[in-house]
Amino acid sequence: MNIEERVKAIISEQLEVPLDSLTAETTFEEIDADSLDIVELVMALEEEFDLEISDQEIENIKTIGDIVNYIESRI
Amino acid sequence: MGHNGAAITGCGAALPERRLTNRDLEKMVDTSDRWILERTGIRERRLLEEGLSTVDLSERAARDALDGAGIKPHELELILVATVTPDYPLPAAACCLQARLGAFRAAAMDVAAGCSGFIYALAVADQFIRSGAYRNVLVVGVEIPSRIVDWSDRSTCVLFGDGAGAVVMQPADGERGLVAFELGADGRGREHLYIPAGGTVLPTSAETVQRQLHYVKMNGTEIFRFAVRIVQETLERLLEKSHLDYGDLDHLFLHQANLRIIESIRKKLRLPREKVPVHVDRYGNMSAAAIPVALFEEKAAGRLKEGDLLAAVAFGAGLTWGGILMRW
Ligand SMILES: CC(C)(COP(=O)(O)OP(=O)(O)OC[C@H]1O[C@@H](n2cnc3c(N)ncnc32)[C@H](O)[C@@H]1OP(=O)(O)O)[C@@H](O)C(=O)NCCC(=O)NCCS
Repeated sequence: MNIEERVKAIISEQLEVPLDSLTAETTFEEIDADSLDIVELVMALEEEFDLEISDQEIENIKTIGDIVNYIESRI
Repeated sequence: MGHNGAAITGCGAALPERRLTNRDLEKMVDTSDRWILERTGIRERRLLEEGLSTVDLSERAARDALDGAGIKPHELELILVATVTPDYPLPAAACCLQARLGAFRAAAMDVAAGCSGFIYALAVADQFIRSGAYRNVLVVGVEIPSRIVDWSDRSTCVLFGDGAGAVVMQPADGERGLVAFELGADGRGREHLYIPAGGTVLPTSAETVQRQLHYVKMNGTEIFRFAVRIVQETLERLLEKSHLDYGDLDHLFLHQANLRIIESIRKKLRLPREKVPVHVDRYGNMSAAAIPVALFEEKAAGRLKEGDLLAAVAFGAGLTWGGILMRW
């Protein structure tokens, strides 16, 4: 799986949304994720990709693509 | 001579009558029932009536625990009160309770480990009993957060509620009793949940009061991340050292701070809802009182039965955390 697929799989499991409904353009607002969902998601991503994502960086994340780009730039 | 173990032989709980609903809070700060319910799962919390203090609630819980164990106050040898909201900054809440109960043979001290306080205190009681020093120990978890939160700060005042729970611990040489404990702290996180003034860093002055520094300040996101991580780590260590597995647990009592934290942990561990009691919806975060109140309620409802294996894990200001495994 590439990074985008891994990120989507985690989001789908964590937020209980169908995998095939997720694209790089999907925003967290669209899938009804609130700030605590995002905190949990970030924790799952940190574990999966073995990196640390700061609170400031979390604020800039709006879409799934933003996360993928951020992770790609870090590993 | 020491004992092989220590078990809970009586428990009690006391909650103030007065309820504060989310709707009531809507009239006090800029918040909504929906926000509170979605982010925390809390519907209402209890508030201690004006004129009453920590000792009033502690006494009610303690007397029930003593009755359950079939002992009288004068038989107590140690009173441990887990709290960060004592009747006075000095002396300990445990001394106020000792006097109220008339338990004059008992040593008395507070355990200030934030929301983990009750678990810390159970471990202390267990060790005093195992060593043979004491046979009758009263452990109270009580918190009156309504007296230390800023009722104009919506990010904290909606979360907490007042309450008390108590247990009596006595020697147990059979299967029953505390199987293992695991305590920890990370003081580097001390400012994630703290009261800036009123200690030696910033003694109370007209200025500290005017700047509202005598109220609880919290970094919610940091605490949320910490809680979800540390509860799982603590449970894993407890089970490992006891050669047990998640499947062996009949009940998992979690600190009741936020339903979102409880559900996040429960789902990761794939535990069914019936094994993870919840009362945060009715009482909010009662800090050190949350776990003893849950023990009392589960027992009263007939769900917590002799021989059951339970884990109880808490986390809180300090930062601190603590877990126990116990055969009921
Ligand atoms: C407190 C907690 C529910 C806050 O949730 P959160 O999603 O992290 O919320 P944030 O602090 O990021 O705030 C999100 C928004 O809601 C607002 N908000 C905070 N409290 C609010 C309330 N009661 N009502 C309405 N809005 C509120 C914030 O001002 C913020 O608004 P903004 O985005 O416009 O700035 C959550 O962090 C939590 O439960 N943490 C653990 C706390 C805990 O367990 N403490 C005790 C440990 S023993």
